[in-house]
Amino acid sequence: MPSLLLGASVFVLLTVALGLFAILRRSADVDRLMAVQLLGTGGVAILLLLAVATETPPVMDVAVMLALFAAFAAVAFVRDASGASSEARGE
Amino acid sequence: MSLVMDILTICAVSAGALFFLAGTVGLLRFPDTLTRLHALTKVDNLGLGLIVLGLLPQTSSLLFAVKLVIVWLLVQLSGAVVTQLIAGAVRHHGADG
Repeated sequence: MPSLLLGASVFVLLTVALGLFAILRRSADVDRLMAVQLLGTGGVAILLLLAVATETPPVMDVAVMLALFAAFAAVAFVRDASGASSEARGE
Repeated sequence: MSLVMDILTICAVSAGALFFLAGTVGLLRFPDTLTRLHALTKVDNLGLGLIVLGLLPQTSSLLFAVKLVIVWLLVQLSGAVVTQLIAGAVRHHGADG
């Protein structure tokens, strides 16, 4: 069973890496942020698979941190976007 | 019993990995920002949800299993909030904002 879980984590890693091509292909910042969100969720999935496959529960704490940072990144992005546009309107 | 658990793990983890692939393809191929956001939420909900469901029978202790569910709930909550925020930003400022 551990080898299947490790294989699944490699598969998820490859799909997430494929998703990062969106950063190269799209010009809009929102699309780039979405690729980073995919990396966040994929990273959590990879770390959880590794934690169970190698029976190292502390890896799960790293997954929690990654989930938090992905959420913070998105909130910071949205705050920045709304701040920039209200400056452009002279508010 | 352990065989049933192993089959559940194999099915759920494979389905979750498949949803990751589907979400990535959607992110790359869908025509506009909001449809791509829709593909991204499928990864958050179904992809990670199925992987956590598949991992639950393989955990060694109850604490470990509860922690898995807590991580999943955190991602679920933050995913829902972040998706609303991004969609709101796109609606107010256009896809460039």
